[in-house]
Amino acid sequence: MSGELIGAWIAVFLTLAIFSYLYKDNAFYKIAEHLFVGISAGYWTSMFFWTQIQPNLFGRLWPSSHYDSESLWYGIYNAMSWINSSVFPAGGIDKGHEMHLIYLIPFALGIMMLLSVFDKLSWFARWGIAYTVGMAAGLRAYGYLNSNVIAQVRNSTLNFSDPDMPVFALIGNSYFNGIVLLIGTIAGLLYFYFSKEQKGAFGKVTRVGIYFLMVSFGASFGFAVMGRISLLIGRFVDLIAYNGTQYHHATSWILVIMVILLGYSAYKNDDPKGNTAE
Amino acid sequence: MRDKQFWIVSGIIIAFLLVYNFIGHPFFLTNRTVMLFAILLFSGTLIYYTRLAKMGEPIFLRDIPGLKAVEEAVGRSTEMGKQVLYVPGIMDMDQVETVAGVIVLGHVAKMTARYETPLNVPVSRSIVMKAGREACRESYLMEGRPDLFQDDMVHYLTDDQFAYAAGVNGIMVREEPAACLYMGKFYAESLILAETGNSIGAIQIAGTASQSQIPFFVTACDYTLIGEEFFAASAYLSQKPELLGGIKGQDVLKAILVGTIIVATILRFLNEMGWISWDVMNFLTIQ
Repeated sequence: MSGELIGAWIAVFLTLAIFSYLYKDNAFYKIAEHLFVGISAGYWTSMFFWTQIQPNLFGRLWPSSHYDSESLWYGIYNAMSWINSSVFPAGGIDKGHEMHLIYLIPFALGIMMLLSVFDKLSWFARWGIAYTVGMAAGLRAYGYLNSNVIAQVRNSTLNFSDPDMPVFALIGNSYFNGIVLLIGTIAGLLYFYFSKEQKGAFGKVTRVGIYFLMVSFGASFGFAVMGRISLLIGRFVDLIAYNGTQYHHATSWILVIMVILLGYSAYKNDDPKGNTAE
Repeated sequence: MRDKQFWIVSGIIIAFLLVYNFIGHPFFLTNRTVMLFAILLFSGTLIYYTRLAKMGEPIFLRDIPGLKAVEEAVGRSTEMGKQVLYVPGIMDMDQVETVAGVIVLGHVAKMTARYETPLNVPVSRSIVMKAGREACRESYLMEGRPDLFQDDMVHYLTDDQFAYAAGVNGIMVREEPAACLYMGKFYAESLILAETGNSIGAIQIAGTASQSQIPFFVTACDYTLIGEEFFAASAYLSQKPELLGGIKGQDVLKAILVGTIIVATILRFLNEMGWISWDVMNFLTIQ
């Protein structure tokens, strides 16, 4: 219970500290911000290492299934294991992988990225960047061409010959929705036509296109705001729960203390920039 | 036919494909024919217009207000003696928007080097940090001001989405940049960033193709580059012929796509009425 109690108090403090930004930038917000940034940076570094680099990279270079203490390759591994046995456990890494020496390439690219800490060798990092960008461009070109172009063309074609399709329906297929989709796609596409001035008849079509875009943005905005409100409600639910007797009224206590300290600092130092409570 | 070399090579490729088809097209998945056509059409069009532009063909591009405003924003920061904050999104270099964001960063860095304006680029990915530094370093060198470049102007915060947003917010309220540029791939942090930038009175320009985040930028920023406008930014800012040619090529492809949609609708109608046997919907479906 004591661990849960401490966790509740910390959660309440950090939540209220972030909310205190609504008043102005202050020491509580700064504490929460720096904790958040610092801890998350460390957390993700650790996560990437233990969920990607150690099992997926080292685990494929020195798998336990191919362990041979006499070989030079595993001799190197044993030397590293002697330095750090938690990363390189004795007998090879058992993550269910076979040996794939092709992974020496990402390993080398990773080392090249690390070399950027030395000014004279920092150009090595460009290889890693070039590989990442080039690989992603090639890999995604096919997918985007399929989903964003060909599928869009296919789904924009109207079906005029279905006898069961209604003329108008709010949701689902109908002649009206099909025509709206067709006009919206064409007009939206032409809005992004850059090599012609948006004047005359063409300008009117592109204006229809921007109207379609704005309607879709408005709908997306409303949908996202509803999601954010539900997140806010979730935080309030937690704050209310942590105000119970089993948590010694954490929310009320921390809120009162924060308000007093912020009020006191505002009284002592009326700095318009808000750097008052340091 | 202004580029004879292009047409000769295209003719050879088409002839090769016809011969390949005639001999029974071994190792070819016929249910992906449409993808072959699409790749050839897209590649060919882009290469053709890029070559035309390089050969000196004038390319007209209409004005995009958001892009004109980038230089104004940097100028405003210079006049106010404040820094320019550039946020290249929260994703890695394997996202096309992040790549576009880093390219635009290079152009913005040229402006800040020219005007001797401080530039602050917090990033959330290590590779983006390295790429951003390289882009800025090159820009400062090209402007003849390597002395103004510092590695720390592009600095890592954290990989975590909301921790990054909190960190950038902190920079905004403490450093009070005069201009905030958001160019890259964004998720739920977009409104947090744009609202904070708005609250400090900075001129804000956003560019992203993240459909769900564009509404927030439209609401809170002075200018927003929507989707394609953002990808065209690099060509606009650099005015390099090969990039302008690429934009022209993309425009032609858009016109072709509009025509294809209309023709496909007619062909579908004819097929479903039983007047033609060729099913365009089947052709457009990648198996």
